Amino acid sequence: MTARAATSAREPLHVDGEVIATKKAGAYRLLTIAAPGVPARFRPGNFVALTVAGHVARRAFWIHRIKESSAFGPTLDIVVEPRGPGSRWLAAQPTGTRLAVTGPLGRPFALPKEPVSCLLVGEGYAAAVLFPLAERLRERDCAVTLALAGMDEAHLVSTLEARRSARAVTVITADGSVGSRGTVGEQLPDLLRRSNAAVAYAAGPTAVLRDVARAAETCGAWSQAAVEVPGPCGTGLCHGCPLPVLGEDGVPRIVRACTEGPVVRGDRVRWAEL
Amino acid sequence: MTIALGPVMVASGCGGTGRELAPFLDLDGVAFVTRSVTLDARQGASGPRVVEVSGGLVNAVGLPNPGLEHFLATELPWLVRAGARVFVSVAGSTLGEYADLARRLSRAPGVAGLEVNVGAPDETGLDLFEVREPYHAASVVAAVRREFPADRPVLAKLRPDVSRVVEGARACHEAGATAVVLGNTVPAAFPDGRPGGLSGPAVAPVVLRCLTETARSLPGVPLVACGGVHDAASARLFLGAGAVAVQIGTALLHDPTTVARVAAELGDDA
Repeated sequence: MTARAATSAREPLHVDGEVIATKKAGAYRLLTIAAPGVPARFRPGNFVALTVAGHVARRAFWIHRIKESSAFGPTLDIVVEPRGPGSRWLAAQPTGTRLAVTGPLGRPFALPKEPVSCLLVGEGYAAAVLFPLAERLRERDCAVTLALAGMDEAHLVSTLEARRSARAVTVITADGSVGSRGTVGEQLPDLLRRSNAAVAYAAGPTAVLRDVARAAETCGAWSQAAVEVPGPCGTGLCHGCPLPVLGEDGVPRIVRACTEGPVVRGDRVRWAEL
Repeated sequence: MTIALGPVMVASGCGGTGRELAPFLDLDGVAFVTRSVTLDARQGASGPRVVEVSGGLVNAVGLPNPGLEHFLATELPWLVRAGARVFVSVAGSTLGEYADLARRLSRAPGVAGLEVNVGAPDETGLDLFEVREPYHAASVVAAVRREFPADRPVLAKLRPDVSRVVEGARACHEAGATAVVLGNTVPAAFPDGRPGGLSGPAVAPVVLRCLTETARSLPGVPLVACGGVHDAASARLFLGAGAVAVQIGTALLHDPTTVARVAAELGDDA
């Protein structure tokens, strides 16, 4: 009975990682983590599960960026919002902290086969997952419009970097401290019209995901939602993250958000039950 | 009948379908207890299903599973191909359902044994056969044993009920259980009051109490410890207290390589 080295390039790894950089980014903390082998397997939409000292459950974080680093090899960035005891502990860790890292996990975003217009909508820290997606879409000659939303300026992710990742960027804050005042839901029809999007990608709170899925369906666009359902492991072992969906055959089912998701077709999710 | 199980098994409900564990553990030869399978598919509970508390997790997953037919067609063949020694956990609403499950699984290629789930923390919410009385748990084991080949093990997984665990273990063993698994999640509640089961390091002392009492009272009954095993030291504690094997569950959700790591460290003892 032995530990197994993953052989498929798509299988996740469980490795000893290290925090090699940490910096404040508004209300969030940006952590750069060396996790040997994980970055090479990454696809946009994946996440990692981190072991948090003193806690049984692990914490899941979207992979925000993969960086080449001469000293540590490729590294990955995550955006941490210090909310609960686990994320507060993680956000407070200095460089050099050792972490058990499992990943990359989850089903990634599906990419269009043709160079079409795409609208990416992200709110809060979850918007982090859209940046590598934007880069991948641009590599495929897709026209990328990125909408970043948050309750205020401090809760926006990487707005400066967004200008490099997308052809057009819209910033929305609830308090109007920067960009347009309002909510994603209010601005979606205009965003979809202006971007002429064939595909809408969404990351953020459930309400945002639902709004994007419905608006996209109304416009005849496809939608993909990066869903977050609390779960303790992230690996699919415990069946603890139920996601109610409608199967391809039209039959309602409950699937695991961490393995059958976290990225799912927006029109397949039974949003009212989340 | 002698039983060769151990020393480390994958506990029911914490190994996924096997596929999710495979990147972290070579399943060849591993005693893998499946999630509980019922005759008909179950969607499982709505969320949140699992909540972290001090020292462990409270869960009410609701036995989600695809039903026996789908399990036989997909999950079981995959596990058999991976080389796992498959122990199918079974749960039912009636004695007849348990017997039906055992009969059909006895004909399925690759089933090393069964584990009868008579230890769910709250049977009422799951519509399972009521097994709080040792007599009823034994009735379930007897119904399964009658339909399953005598040369293959049937494990009875009891709830760690410290007041009646010896009685329950004796009844299940006399009814034909090859070994008794102690324990399961401990009846608990979510912060909002919903019933659930507590697992993780916090339950280890409870299971140890059950194990030591049962081992002392029933020295001839093979016992498998399940609850709070997360490293070689905790495994040794249970094995030293009389368990023939340990099952690892919640620790896999913390570190999916735990089974391999603990098995390797125990192997180094030899």
